[in-house]
Amino acid sequence: MKKNNGFMSWVDQRLPVSSFIKNHLTQYYAPKNFNFLYFFGALAIILFVVQILTGIFLTMHYKPDALHAFASVEYIMRDVSFGWVIRYMHSTGASLFFVVIYMHMFRALIYGSYKQPRELLWIFGVLIFLLLMAEAFFGYLLPWGQMSYWGAQVIVNLFATVPFIGPDLAEWVRGDYLVSDATLNRFFAFHVIALPLALAGLIFLHLAALHSVGSNNPDGIEIKENRDKKTGIPLDGIPFHPYYTVKDLIGLTVFLIVFASIIFFMPEVGGYFLEHNNFVPADPLVTPAHIAPVWYFTPFYSILRAVPPILNSQFPGVAAMGAAVLILFLVPWLDKSKVKSIRYKGSLYKKWIIAFVTSFLVLGYLGTVPSNVWGQMPNFIPLLGGLDWATFVARIFTVIYFAFFVLMPWYSKKDKTKQVPKRVTYK
Amino acid sequence: MKKFIAILISLVMCLHNGISFSADGSYHLDNAKINLDDEQSLQRGARNFINYCLNCHSANYMRYNRLADIGLSDDVIKENLLFTAEKTGELMDINMDSTEAKKWFGANPPNLTVTARSRGKDWIYSYLRTFYIDESRELGWNNLVYPNAAMPHVLWELQGVQNLEDNKLTLTKSGLLSAEEYDQFVLDTTNYMVFMSEPAKLVRYKIGYYVIGFLLILLILVINLKKEFWKDIK
Amino acid sequence: MSKKDKGFDKDRRKFLLTATALTGGLGVAAAGIPFVSSMTPSEKAKAAGASVEVDTSKIKKGELITTEWRGQPVWVLNRTDEMIKSLPKLDKNLADPDLKVTSQQPKYCQNATRSIKSDMLVVVGICTHLGCSPSAKIDPKGDMGDDWTGGFFCPCHGSKFDLAGRVYKGSPAPTNLVVPPHKYIGENTILIGEDSKDET
Repeated sequence: MKKNNGFMSWVDQRLPVSSFIKNHLTQYYAPKNFNFLYFFGALAIILFVVQILTGIFLTMHYKPDALHAFASVEYIMRDVSFGWVIRYMHSTGASLFFVVIYMHMFRALIYGSYKQPRELLWIFGVLIFLLLMAEAFFGYLLPWGQMSYWGAQVIVNLFATVPFIGPDLAEWVRGDYLVSDATLNRFFAFHVIALPLALAGLIFLHLAALHSVGSNNPDGIEIKENRDKKTGIPLDGIPFHPYYTVKDLIGLTVFLIVFASIIFFMPEVGGYFLEHNNFVPADPLVTPAHIAPVWYFTPFYSILRAVPPILNSQFPGVAAMGAAVLILFLVPWLDKSKVKSIRYKGSLYKKWIIAFVTSFLVLGYLGTVPSNVWGQMPNFIPLLGGLDWATFVARIFTVIYFAFFVLMPWYSKKDKTKQVPKRVTYK
Repeated sequence: MKKFIAILISLVMCLHNGISFSADGSYHLDNAKINLDDEQSLQRGARNFINYCLNCHSANYMRYNRLADIGLSDDVIKENLLFTAEKTGELMDINMDSTEAKKWFGANPPNLTVTARSRGKDWIYSYLRTFYIDESRELGWNNLVYPNAAMPHVLWELQGVQNLEDNKLTLTKSGLLSAEEYDQFVLDTTNYMVFMSEPAKLVRYKIGYYVIGFLLILLILVINLKKEFWKDIK
Repeated sequence: MSKKDKGFDKDRRKFLLTATALTGGLGVAAAGIPFVSSMTPSEKAKAAGASVEVDTSKIKKGELITTEWRGQPVWVLNRTDEMIKSLPKLDKNLADPDLKVTSQQPKYCQNATRSIKSDMLVVVGICTHLGCSPSAKIDPKGDMGDDWTGGFFCPCHGSKFDLAGRVYKGSPAPTNLVVPPHKYIGENTILIGEDSKDET
């Protein structure tokens, strides 16, 4: 860079652009041993921008009105020039956002990126995940297809299970006695302005917290503890720019190839990204035979279905589903392990993380299918006879899902950890 | 990478067949071997659809002039296909009153613009070929794919009359078309309905190849760029 | 300076950076196409703005009818022979009697009467000044003063036009009224919004 650049120094006296670039890019030191799992944070930000951008252009043509919503989506798909590209970008982006976020969370989980001093960073992340789920849920109503409608109906009715205030609460959320035009209008407001604003704010805090404590890495070693004596630069750190910008470009390009493949060759992804029934306009009088949420909600939906009603109340299931997400907030304090990364944790932890990921995937699958998919258990089995096999399996994996968290203080303490080296592994 | 993509595609295909039409229905759907590149078939299908379906069923997300995508010019549309509208820019709407329709059929004939996306091509293809006489039904017809469908067999003059015996359909009165001709007729119509459900599909793949090709070039560049810069890191 | 004075190939790094930046820039530009394109008039707007048919057999001599094309008023005026004869006499009072601003009418209306058939004037009823719709003052004299030979008067800023839509000198409006593309598809049927191929 040239010194005494007239324009830049003029700007810098008024807005610290150069020092911002230094602090957060050219002299922000990130550990040099990132693997591919570290692509997903950057990808999540890019997807956020893609969703905002495509969202703005969809809003130019979409009509949040029960009478016109479905038709206006078809209008975008056919009458608006290249509207189909923008719509598929948005629908594919929504699903891939969750792929990316789940990978990002998995990465944080196995490398202990939630542990001291990154507890706040993790909490902001879980908050982002919560809002993202709300954002996706509100957005899913907007096409006003059968799945939009009945999915919203079912989820809003979950509020009705809350003891005492439930029914009034559900009515308040809907603004009507059933999911209707009023519901669509308020969901639109939440989807296009309220939640994106809140998300942008949280993402800012997430990044601010990250740049304050610095990135963790696959070894779980604090690079700030080994600095160059003269310069004070972490010995295992490299400037984010240019090294990680050029590396993230690879991740981005590979991601874009996947993104484009879906948009142009299989935008419905076999009914997972765009459900077949959602090409039928919403009809309050006809319930589809099988209502399933979009795939990214299905692990939690499975947990909801797995918990049996207690005292004729569905509330325990709803509470369990909520707890399945909220328990993530506690992870920094549940993990009593001396080490951060899975690389130096013992076999006990590894078994549990495998069990957890398996339960997440199985629950996810079961949430997409009707609970009678595997038939019923034969009657000769005591207590369980007549129960759906799938429900039985879902219950087992629900228990495993929670056990991973609840038993974490015990097994993380008992686990035989390995010696953590002073410096990161990099070959 | 190639292998990975192949696995991915086959996996998606599996899922596709699995989720879209679950095996709870008794009738095994016939595979509709449609071809969106076959302009002749699409044009025949458009004619069939407008002549036979677009009397009771609306398709009012679709504009007539979009048929230009399958090679039908404005003048051809105006002369041969424009029955319910005055201009080719209009939507494929119908004049039938929906409350009247409910009285006649017991249900509102659904809008068919995107039915190929909700039901799938095989469903439409099978449905239109499995009507049979059933005196117990109000309109005298029943269907194997969609039992107790409210719709009468509009195409019986073409197909003839089928009876159901021992779960097998037999033609008891032949129609204007032979069995093969009728299958082709339905196949063309299905083909058209798939096109109509997503006209962009005709260009989507073509654009997709360019985009992916471009991104692969970019990938080669960024991989080399990264390697070059990371030479600094020891 | 040697090529490898910093321990790396400077030229190769520069080349790769430039190539990636150019390719990436191209990609971003291409990705912008759908977004820019989505803001152009949709098929719905195009259908609503499609050409309009006007049956001229029902318009009496000296009568003006207003029809709508692309949401704008379009006047069709059936001029009497006297009106047509009066047109050239006004030339000295007009800002552009010879139709030098050619964008205001299609080529086939680049004539003394600004029309395909001399009696039938087709003109967009929007003042070329700031977009008001002028009032028709077809009859001579009247409230427009004794030397008025018939034409259009814009109430917003007082622009005046003659019976061929040509603007008077001294009007705020800079150019003549626009003659839209139109053609005869029958003896008495005008299609407004489409040029005839052989007439362009």
